[in-house]
Amino acid sequence: MPESEARGTALVTGASRGIGAAIASALASDGWDVGVNYRSDRDGAEAVVAAIESDGGRALTIGADITQASAAEHLFSELESQFERPVLVLVNNAGITADDLTPSLGDEAWDSVIETDLTAAFRLTRRALRPMLRARAGRIVNIASVSGLRANPGQANYAAAKAGLIAFTKTTAVEVARRGITVNAVAPGVIETDMTVGLNGDLLSLVPARRAGKPEEVAACVRFLVSDEASYVTGAVLSVDGGLAA
Amino acid sequence: MSVTTEQVETRVIETLASFGPEASQITRGATFEELDIDSLDLVELAQVVEDDYGVVLKGEDMKDLKTVGDAIDLIVDRAG
Repeated sequence: MPESEARGTALVTGASRGIGAAIASALASDGWDVGVNYRSDRDGAEAVVAAIESDGGRALTIGADITQASAAEHLFSELESQFERPVLVLVNNAGITADDLTPSLGDEAWDSVIETDLTAAFRLTRRALRPMLRARAGRIVNIASVSGLRANPGQANYAAAKAGLIAFTKTTAVEVARRGITVNAVAPGVIETDMTVGLNGDLLSLVPARRAGKPEEVAACVRFLVSDEASYVTGAVLSVDGGLAA
Repeated sequence: MSVTTEQVETRVIETLASFGPEASQITRGATFEELDIDSLDLVELAQVVEDDYGVVLKGEDMKDLKTVGDAIDLIVDRAG
């Protein structure tokens, strides 16, 4: 529960459920005003905000399809005006999968995953850096995936997007490091969310920890990377995968 | 909106001074290299200019700028 004045504003994309919802809650409990972005699941986003508010935090639902070129400006200007503080934390969490083996992977499945999981994160980061550069402070956390680190057949599009996101994270981190802004990636493995429902047991048997992770276990790592304690951590990829990428 | 060279000069010097160099060192003839103004500083300057004057300067516009005067002249030219 926040005990002091709000620290500033945080935007979490894809926060109506799963990992994003857990991240939104964790940041709110650290005193951030949180923009809970959703694309279609408004009820889910409202439930996340209600839970944060009942714990004494501040949050707002903010709908936007982040693949639209205008979404970044809409999200940031709306949050800046609602919370009257610059957005100093961006968590690029929204992501989709459209799995298929490469020989039969369609153009649409390729393009939509790259657009959502990589291009949208770039556009949001570009917009986020404006106030962060001025403030000489900021935290960007990109939610990548174990699939960006090791092969997972059927996910060539997702893997390419997430590996791209990791390279993007490192490059941007180096560009802005001297301004007190950190940019890091978190690479979850198999996490209990709607996205992993139906995953076959074979993948789970590869996890050294022999279990799926929980969204809260990913959120805890994001919370650390956003905290003051992580001020010297930048360009890093933190695996949260029960040892799957090790 | 029309802006005067003096207005732009004042704003540019004020912005560059926020990046570190002493305002007194920031003359039209001073080079960014002498002032230790790097490429990221110039990106920030471009954003200030865009916010204040609606002039969009891309990286390619900025890369040939050598001196403070070059930047001021470019901004005034584009804003005119």
